[in-house]
Order: sequence, then C-alpha cells, then structure tokens
Amino acid sequence: MIVGEQKPLEEIWEMVKRHKQLTVFGCNTCVAVCHQGGNKEAGILASLLRMKATQEEVDIDIVDSGIERQCEHEFFESVRDLMSRSEAVLSLACGIGVQFVATKYQALPVYPALNTTFLGDVIAVGHFTEKCQACGDCVLGLTGGVCPVSRCCKRLMNGPCGGSSNGKCEISKEIDCAWQLIVDRLEALGRLDDYEKIPPLKDWSKDRAGGPRSFKVEGM
Amino acid sequence: MDLKTNSRLEKVLKSGQLAVTSECGPPRSSAPEGIIKKGNLIKNHVDAINITDNQTSVTRLCSLAACVHLKLQGLDPVLQMVVRDRNRIALQSDILGAASFGINNVLCLSGDHQSFGDNPQAQNVFDIDSMQLVQTVRRMRDEGRFLSGDEIKVPPNMFVGAAANPFADPFKIRVPRLAKKIAAGAEFIQTQCIYNVDKFELWMQGVRDRGLHDKVFILAGITPMRSVGMAKYLRKSVPGMDVPEELIKRLSGVEKEKQAAEGITIAVETIQRLKEVKGVAGFHVMAIEWEEKVPEIVERAGLFPRPVID
Repeated sequence: MIVGEQKPLEEIWEMVKRHKQLTVFGCNTCVAVCHQGGNKEAGILASLLRMKATQEEVDIDIVDSGIERQCEHEFFESVRDLMSRSEAVLSLACGIGVQFVATKYQALPVYPALNTTFLGDVIAVGHFTEKCQACGDCVLGLTGGVCPVSRCCKRLMNGPCGGSSNGKCEISKEIDCAWQLIVDRLEALGRLDDYEKIPPLKDWSKDRAGGPRSFKVEGM
Repeated sequence: MDLKTNSRLEKVLKSGQLAVTSECGPPRSSAPEGIIKKGNLIKNHVDAINITDNQTSVTRLCSLAACVHLKLQGLDPVLQMVVRDRNRIALQSDILGAASFGINNVLCLSGDHQSFGDNPQAQNVFDIDSMQLVQTVRRMRDEGRFLSGDEIKVPPNMFVGAAANPFADPFKIRVPRLAKKIAAGAEFIQTQCIYNVDKFELWMQGVRDRGLHDKVFILAGITPMRSVGMAKYLRKSVPGMDVPEELIKRLSGVEKEKQAAEGITIAVETIQRLKEVKGVAGFHVMAIEWEEKVPEIVERAGLFPRPVID
C-alpha cells in the first residue's frame, strides 16, 4: 500500500491560511491504514486547524469530509455539492489523490496535507516499512523474494557491499542489510549457487527514468 | 608474459613479483599542487597510485583530473570510479576520457553512501553496480563495444580492478563474491585494510580452495594506525572494519607519542606475515593523509627497491 505521513501543522497552515473556506478531505484507503490521511484523521486535522485559526485570529470556515479513494472518479459522486461549495481543498490523500482532485476540479486550489513517503507493508501495528519502488521490472524472482532496489541503500544488484555488518546496513543500525536477507533466503531455499549468477544490467527505462508510465487494459 | 594493457601494475604482477600500490586523496580545492606533491613523495616506492573518487562522499577534485596530473608527472595512476555519482553514460565517457590520457588502471567501486558525506541530501545514481562496472570496462576493452553494442574505434586500454572486503558480513558470501567479481572480469583486487590477520588468512584459504588466487591478483590492504584513538574509532564506527582487541591493547601499551611509530611497526609486521600467505600478490598501502610514511613502510617490509619496468 501507499504510505504517507502528515506534514507539520505549521507547514499546512502556511499553505491554507489565506482562504475563507477550506474543505479538509480524507482518503479512506491506503493512507487511512497508516493513520495519517483517512476520514477520521481529516476530522482531527480540521479541529486542529480551527484552533489554529482562532489563535491566529483568522476568519476561515473549515469543514471536514472524505471519500473512500481520491484516485477514482466514481467515489467523488457523493461529494459533488461539497466540492462545488468549496473555495479550497486540503487533501489528506497521497500525491496521486491530490493530483486527481487538481485535475478533476480545474479552478479549485488543492493542497497536500501529507508527504507521500513510500510503498510499504504493515510489519506491526503502527509500523510501516518500504518494500517496493515500482521500478517496473521486478527482480524478486532472482533475489529470493527480497527487493534490492527498495531495500539496499545502494540498490546493488550484486551485493552485499563492504559495509554490511551483523545483518545491518552501513548507513544505520535500524536498516537491515537487504543482501544479508537475500543471501539468507537463497540459502534457506537451497539456491545459494544462484548468488554467483550476474544478472543483466537493469533496464531503468521502465522506472521513473523512462518518464511517466501508464498502461491500458485491452478491451475495457 | 600475456599482457592485456600498458599498465605498469599489470607488468609487475604478471612478472611474478609482489606489487605495491598506494593511494592519494585529491584536495577539496582546485589546486593540483597537493596531489602532485603526494604522488612524487611515494613514486619511487610504489608501482601504481590509486586516486580516490570523492571518498566518504565528500566533494573533492575529481579522480580523473587528479589521475591526469599524476600521469603528466610520469606516474602510473589507478582511476578509482564509484557508481554512486554517475550513470552508465557518464561512466563509459569517463573511461574513454581517462584512457585518452594514457591512464591504464581502473578500480571499480560502489562508493560510500552519500549520507556519510558533505551532501547527505544528494540524489544517488547507482544505475549499475561495481560488479557491472567491471563487466562494462572489460567489454569496452576486450570487445571494443559500448554497453549499447556500438563499436569503439579505439578501445580503452585499462587493467581492471575491484575491491574486496573479507571482513564484512555475511562472511560465508565473501569468497563467492570474489568469484563473482572475477567472473565479471576483475583482474586485480585491492582489499579492505587488514587488521584481523587470522580472519584474512581464513578468507584466503577459501580463495585458494576454489583456485581463485590463480585467476586474479590479490593486493592486501594495509593502513597504519596513527594512534589508539584511530584504532578505537575504526573498530567502533566504521562498518566492515575488523580491528581486534589485541591490536588496541598493543597500541594502548605504548606512550602516546610513540603510538604512531608502533602503528607503522604493526603495518610492517602485517606485510611480513602476509608475504608468506599463498595467493597474496602484493600490497595496497593506504596511509590516509600520511603518505610520507609509505616509503618507510615499503622499505622496512623489504619491498624496496621496486622492479624496473620498461
């Protein structure tokens, strides 16, 4: 799923304070799972902004709302009236949702309440870790199901580097060495011999480097 | 002697004599005098001089330009290239540029992560990795082809090296990793600084068991300790560095002003012990910002004079 983290309140306030009306708009799927951008968080953030407006003696009408997903047209049906009344939207969606709103409502200012941080999993309650960078050319079949692109700090295709120490990465004791994990997995699978195969150079044209990506399902 | 390049280092190694290399770090300025001085300080005691490439991710005068300065002095530089800062276009371009100045050695490295340096906010590149850079240079040299497959009319004449760290984890992968670098095309290896000689010998045993010492020239990495403080710092704070407790005790046992001399003696003793290890083809003496001590280490270790190569 997509993980995001709320921006500091001050930064949000600086973006929105000049409006007379603001809709604080949750997105109740990915970023709700990480407790940062769901409809519940939209309600809390709206309250904090109202308090901030009172403190700063700024007159601004703040309402909160939300939908299931800000990245698909059909979910916006229920907020058609709200959007037509809004002077500005503070979206708690990931960057995709923010842009979807901006494209859908050409004349409506929209601001991001979150920093979209990564594609990750939930390894424990409230603990999210990056697992994929959407490079467009998955190598997990070669690497025992551990991604070197998102999990090795140097995205080495032939690691580990000389900085791997006690299973941790040289840059932080908080980060597992992806190549230690890969080697351990290959060994557990009885495939350690595969370690010595050198993969072809990675085709980054399928990654961000190749420009914005899209695809269409045939016949739909 | 089956020589692939004009590299003096290749000639020394293939003549069966122990080679000696050293390294110099370029300055954090546009003045070349410092690097030229360092090079001249050690030129009679080494066969080739590595020039580091923005080591520890701190911005410096570029390795390629520093190599050119040494080449113009008649020295044999080893161009260190990290894949952190340049994509495959820039790497291939710089290899041609270096070869155009008659630089005949390259050491292919990943590079320290940028978080250690002066621009931790920088983007990193890592388009290819060090193993693939070895492959790239060999393809350019031996097949006369760019990665794209296009022809190189005058291929680069480069003796190709890589690094090995026998002390990093997981230890069980360190011999296979060397095998992989050899399969990629590495012709010489310069190792991480060796302080835990027992562990290094264990690694070399694994290297010999697979016959890898017959396929690549291994230069053992030597860095003299300047103080017990340095030893403790390397032990505690540098991942992949293995400094045994006994070495710290030995340095702690001498007065502060004599610790540097003791560090030199330890380096000399390490070289002497490693000379007896089958498969060690030479030494890479990295006296970090202490280049003036390289001649003394080389002489006391019995590695002087250096072979005369025409």
